[in-house]
Amino acid sequence: MTIAGWLQIATYCLVLLILTRPTGLYITRVMETGGSPLEPALGPLERLIYRLAGVDADKEMRWTGYALALLAFSMISMLFTYALLRLQGFLPLNPMGFSTPSAPAWATAMTADLAFNTAASFTTNTNWQSYSGEGTMSYLSQMLALALHNWVSAAAGMGAAMALIRGFARHSADTVGNFFRDLVRCSLYILFPICFFYTLFLVWQGSIQNFAPYTVAITLEGAKQIIPQGPLASQEAIKMLGINGGGFLNANSAHPFENPTPLSNFIEMLSIFILPAGLTYTFGKLVKDTRQGWALLAAMFALFLAGVAVCYHFEAAGNPLMARQGVEISTAGLGDLGGNMEGKEVRFGLANSALFATITTCASCGAVNCMHDSLTPMGGLVPLINIQLGEIVFGGVGSGLYGMLVFAVLTVFIAGLMVGRTPEYVGKKIEQKDVKMAMLFVLAGSFSTLVLTALSSVLELPAGSPLNPPGATWHNVNNAAAHGFSEILYSFSSCTGNNGSAFAGLTSNTPFYNVTLGLATLIGRFIMMIPAIALAGSLVAKKYVPASSGTFPTHGWLFVVLLIAVILIVGALTFFPALTLGPVVEHFLMHCGRLF
Amino acid sequence: MNDDLSLVPVPQRKKMPLFQPVIVRRALKDSLVKLNPLTMAKNPVMFVVEAGSVTITIVFLRDLISRTAAGTLLFEGQITLWLWFTVLFANFAEAIAEGRGKAQADTLRRNRRETTARRELGKDKYEVVAATALNKGDVVLVKAGEIIPSDGEVIEGVASVDESAITGESAPVIRESGGDRSAVTGGTTILSDWLRIRITVQPGETFMDRMISLVEGAQRQKTPNEIALNILLAGLTIIFLLAVATLLPFSIYSVRAAGAGQPPDLFSLISLLVCLIPTTIGALLSAIGIAGMDRVLQHNILAMSGKAIEAAGDVDTLLLDKTGTITLGNRQAVEFLPAPQVSERVLADAAQLSSFADETPEGRSIVTLAKRYGLRERQLSNIKAHFISFSAQTRMSGVNLNGKQIRKGASDQIYKFVRELGMPVPVEVEKEVTRIAQAGGTPLVVADNMRGLLGVIYLKDVVKGGMRERFQRLRAMGIRTVMITGDNPLTAAAIASEAGVDDFLAAATPETKMQLIRKEQSGGRLVAMTGDGTNDAPALAAADVGLAMNTGTQAAKEAGNMIDLDSNPTKLIEVVQIGKQLLMTRGALTTFSIANDVAKYFAILPAMFGTLYALPGTAHGPLWSLNIMALHSPHSAILAAVIFNALIIIALIPLALRGVSYRPMGAEALLQRNLAIYGLGGLLVPFPAIWLIDQIIVILRLAPLS
Repeated sequence: MTIAGWLQIATYCLVLLILTRPTGLYITRVMETGGSPLEPALGPLERLIYRLAGVDADKEMRWTGYALALLAFSMISMLFTYALLRLQGFLPLNPMGFSTPSAPAWATAMTADLAFNTAASFTTNTNWQSYSGEGTMSYLSQMLALALHNWVSAAAGMGAAMALIRGFARHSADTVGNFFRDLVRCSLYILFPICFFYTLFLVWQGSIQNFAPYTVAITLEGAKQIIPQGPLASQEAIKMLGINGGGFLNANSAHPFENPTPLSNFIEMLSIFILPAGLTYTFGKLVKDTRQGWALLAAMFALFLAGVAVCYHFEAAGNPLMARQGVEISTAGLGDLGGNMEGKEVRFGLANSALFATITTCASCGAVNCMHDSLTPMGGLVPLINIQLGEIVFGGVGSGLYGMLVFAVLTVFIAGLMVGRTPEYVGKKIEQKDVKMAMLFVLAGSFSTLVLTALSSVLELPAGSPLNPPGATWHNVNNAAAHGFSEILYSFSSCTGNNGSAFAGLTSNTPFYNVTLGLATLIGRFIMMIPAIALAGSLVAKKYVPASSGTFPTHGWLFVVLLIAVILIVGALTFFPALTLGPVVEHFLMHCGRLF
Repeated sequence: MNDDLSLVPVPQRKKMPLFQPVIVRRALKDSLVKLNPLTMAKNPVMFVVEAGSVTITIVFLRDLISRTAAGTLLFEGQITLWLWFTVLFANFAEAIAEGRGKAQADTLRRNRRETTARRELGKDKYEVVAATALNKGDVVLVKAGEIIPSDGEVIEGVASVDESAITGESAPVIRESGGDRSAVTGGTTILSDWLRIRITVQPGETFMDRMISLVEGAQRQKTPNEIALNILLAGLTIIFLLAVATLLPFSIYSVRAAGAGQPPDLFSLISLLVCLIPTTIGALLSAIGIAGMDRVLQHNILAMSGKAIEAAGDVDTLLLDKTGTITLGNRQAVEFLPAPQVSERVLADAAQLSSFADETPEGRSIVTLAKRYGLRERQLSNIKAHFISFSAQTRMSGVNLNGKQIRKGASDQIYKFVRELGMPVPVEVEKEVTRIAQAGGTPLVVADNMRGLLGVIYLKDVVKGGMRERFQRLRAMGIRTVMITGDNPLTAAAIASEAGVDDFLAAATPETKMQLIRKEQSGGRLVAMTGDGTNDAPALAAADVGLAMNTGTQAAKEAGNMIDLDSNPTKLIEVVQIGKQLLMTRGALTTFSIANDVAKYFAILPAMFGTLYALPGTAHGPLWSLNIMALHSPHSAILAAVIFNALIIIALIPLALRGVSYRPMGAEALLQRNLAIYGLGGLLVPFPAIWLIDQIIVILRLAPLS
C-alpha cells in the first residue's frame, strides 16, 4: 500500500461526504417538498408525461397500490425489453447486423433464454451480462431495450425508498406516495440533468458517442483488430449514476472508451455512491432528525472503508508464490503498480482498482475497472461479502437505503429491548408485521443465493444437454476447485444482490444459468422490495411516539456499532460456511503453494 | 447489585427460593411431558432441535445395530444425548417458571375445595353445601372462624375478616352491610362475629378462581412483543437451516474438487444447525414471560395478562393520585399562627377543644399538635360540652362550652362569624391565610365569641419521604409523572413542586382525568394509572396500564388490567420497573444468543472441513487453521460446541427467572451497560467456555485426542 494510494481513497471519501448534504437536500425537494430549481423548465414536460400516460400523479397510493403499480410497470417494461431484444434483427440501428444472417462470425445469438436473462437482469437494476455487449447488441437494443431500464429501474428503486421513508416520516396515515410521480420526478429532475452534463464530461475525457460501424484496424504486429463503436458516453453516464453497471462493452469500465482517464475514473466512482449517500440525508431530513441519516451513513462508511482496507491490503501484498519466484511485486519497489496487478489497468493502479471493486460491490453497481476473478483470494472475498450483505452498504439507488432501513429495524428489534421498552425506530413502534417483513427481506436473499448455488454445484446433466451444453452445471467453471466454487457463488450472489458484476470464469450463457440467474435477479429485486414497501404500509399507519430519555437512541455511535454487528451477524454469518469453502480455503491454499 | 439504587425496595414477604425441591421435581416430570411434538411446535426453534434429535437418534440406533461405524459410535451417542438434553433443558426452564405459580395455585385450590357453606333455605333454615355449589343470589351465613365460601355482599352483620389469603396482609379488616365495606371475597376468614352474605358470582367465576387461573398461567397467551420475537427467531432458524442444508452440496462439490476429505456427516451438520439457531433465547423465551408474571405476583399484584406487564415497560406517563400515593393521604396540622395579641397557647387550647369530637385525621392531628403546648387530653365527660359537627352548609365545626362558642373552619365562614359578632378581622390573619393557601396548605381559622379571631391552623399535605428522588429516577428513564388532585390549582401547584412531579391536574374530575389520558395517548404516549372508585372505571379501562386497588369497587377492579391486592397505589412504579425488566431480559438474552454464534462457527467449521484439501500425508487440511481455540480434534470440537450450547441454557435459567439486574437510568447508559455485558459477553464468553469443555472431554477420554 502507498501513501499516494491512501490519499486518493481519502480524497474520494472527503468529496463524497461534502456532496452528501446538498444531494440529499436536492432529492428531498424533488421527491417530497417541492421547489426544485428545474421545475419551471421541466414542469410542462412532467405534466405532459402524466397526461400522455393517463395517470393522476397527485393521487396518493396505499402500499398495496404502490407495490402493484411498481410490479406492473416492471413486468410490462421487462416484456418490452424481451421483445425488443428478440426482434433486434428486424429493427434499425444495427450496423453490425446482429441477429441477422449477416452477423459476424464472432457474434452471440440472442436466444430466448439470453433475452429473458438480460431483460430480467436490466429490469431489476442488476445488469448481469451473459453476453458481451459489442458482440451481441444492436445500438437500438443498447439504447432502448437496456438503457431504458438503467433509468427507470433506478427511479423505481428510489420510489420504493421514498415510500419507506414516508412510512417513517408520516404518521396515522395510510398512503405512501404515488409510484408514477416518484418514477417521473426522479428520472426527470435528478437523473436527466446530471446525466446530461455527465455525458458531455465523458466525451470531453475521451469517451465516444456515435452510430458508426466497428472500426477494423491492423496492429503493429500485423494482426487484425476490431474496435467497437457506438453511443457509449450517454449510456456510461446513466450506467454509473443509476448504479446499474451493465457495460456497453464487455470490458466495462476497464475499457478506455468507457472510462478513459483517472479523472473519469474518479467521477465514475463518485457517481456510484452519490445518490445512495444523498438519500441517507433525505431520510434524516424527512424524519426531522438529520442525525438519524448520518448514523446510517456512518454505518455504511465503516463497512465500506473496512472493505477497501482489506481489499487494498491483500492486493498490495500480492501473491507470495510470485515473490518466491523472484518476481518484484512489492509496492515498496513499484508503487501503486506493485502487488497483484493481474487483471488491473495500469492507468488506474492498485488503490483505484481496489477502491472501484469495493465501491461497485458495496453499491449494487457491478461496473468493474479490473477483473474481480483475478483478485487475490482475500481481495476477492471483499466484493463477494459486500454483495452478500444484501447490497445495503450504499447499495442501489433507493434499494440500498431501504435495505439499510430494514436492518436498522432488525437492530432496534433485537437490541432495543435492552433499554426496557418495546422497540421503536424514529418514533415508530416495531411490531409483529414489521419484523415479519424485515425477516422476509433477509430470507429472500439468503434463499436465492444459497439454494441456487447449492443446486449449481451438484446438478448432474449429461454432456451436450440442451439445458447446459457443458453437462453437469459445475463444469461451467473455468477455474478449478475452490476458485471455481467462488465463481458459482459469486454469480448467484451478484444476481440476487442485483449487483451484476461477475467473477467471470463462469460460462453462464447456457439455458440453465440464464434462467436460474434471471430468477435470482427477480427474487433479489421484488421479493425484497415488496416486503420493504409493505413495511412502509405498516409503519405509515402507526402513531408517532415522541422520543424521551428512555428511548433507544438511534443516532449515536453505539447504534452504529450495533447496526454493523447485526448486519455482519444476521446478514453475513449465513454465508460464512460457503465463503470458507471458497475464498478462505483458497487463501490458505495459496500460502501452501496451491493455486487454481 | 446495589439494592439501594433500585426504584422501590422489594417487599420480601413472599420471596421464595428459585429452586424449591418440590417445584424442581415437578418441573423434571413436566420437561418430559413437554416433549410432545404438538406442544413443541409452538416454539419453532426448539421444535427444530427436537426434529434434529429424532433424526440423529434414528441414525444412531441404525449404526448401533449394524455396527457399521464402530469408530464414531461414541461420538454419535454423545451428540444424540446432548441434543436431547438441549430440548429437555428448554422444557425444564419453562416448567420451572410455571412451577412456582402452579404450586401456589394448588394451595389456593385445596383451600377452596375443602370449604363448605351454610346456605339459607328460609327463615333460620340452613343446609350445608360445598362452596363450589353456590350460585349467584344464594344467601349464606358465615360465623367466626369460618371461611367465606364465595364472593358476595354483606346484607347483615358486622365482622372482622382476615383477608391474608388474598392480600397476604394479616391485620384484620372490618366488613359490614351497606356502604363501602360490604364486599367480601371468597377464601377469606371471619375472625369474630358473623355475616349474612348474598353471593354475587356464579360458581367458577369467583375472584379466587380467577386468581388461581392467573397464578397457574393456564390461560397464558403470548404477548405482542413475544410473538414478534418468535417471528424473528423462526426467521433466523429458517435462514440457518438454509445455510446448513446447502452446506452439504457445497462440501460435495469441494470434496470432489479437492480429491481429499469427506463431506460432513449428519451428526456434524445437525450439530452445527442446533448451535447456530438461537436456542438460548428460544429455550428461555417463554420462561422469561412466565417469570415476569410471577414477579408481579410476588409483589402481590394480579396481572390479568402478560400484555399489561409488557405495556408497563413502555409507559411514558404515570398518572398518580395525590392522596395516598404522593402525600401521606391526610392533611396534618403543622403550625398554629395566632392573631395579634393572642398567645400561641391560647390558640392551641381553643383549637384542641374544638377538635375533640372531630374524628377526621385532620382533627386528630390538631389535637396531637396541641399537646406540644403542654395541653393534656382532657376527659370529655368532665366538661359539659356541646359539639357542633362540620356540615357542608356552615363549613365550620366547633364546640359550645360554658357559654363560650369556639368555631374553626374555612376562612370566609369564620370571618363572617366574627363580623356578625361585631368584632374585627385583623389584616395579619388575612395575610397568613393567603400565604398558607399559596404554599399549598389549607388554612383553618379559629375564633370564639369572647375574644374574636384567635388565629390560623396550618394544615399541610405531607409528601411521602423519598418521592422526589423516585420521580427523578423516573424522569431519567424518560417517564413523566402527573399528579392528579381534586385540590385547586394553587394548592396543587405547591404540592407538585414540593413532590417534584413533572405536571399536575388540579380540580380533577373523572371527566378531566379521562381527557388527560386521551390527550397523552393521542400524542403516542402510553399511560398508567391507579384507581379504586366506580367513577375511575372508564379511565382505568382507557389507560394502557390500569392498576385497580383491591379495596376498590367491583367496577374498578373489572376495568383495570391489574389488581393490587395490598391496595397500595405507589406500587404502580414497581409495575413499571417489572415491565422494563421483563423486556430487558428478553433483549439481553436475544442479543447474547445471537452473539454466541460467532464462536460456534470457529469450533465447528474447522472440525467439519479439517481434512478438506489436505496434502497427502498430513492429517489436517488448510481450514484446520480456523481452529483458533486450538481444540483437540474434530469430534471434541463439535461435542464441545454442542455441550456449551446445552449447558448455557441451564446456566441462564436463574437469570431468565430473576430478570437482568435493573437500575433506573437513561436509555443510553442502560444500553451501554447491557451491550457490554450481554453483547460483548455473548461474543467472547463462548470461546474460553468451549475451550474448557474441550479440555474436559479429552481428559475424560470422551473423544479422541486428535
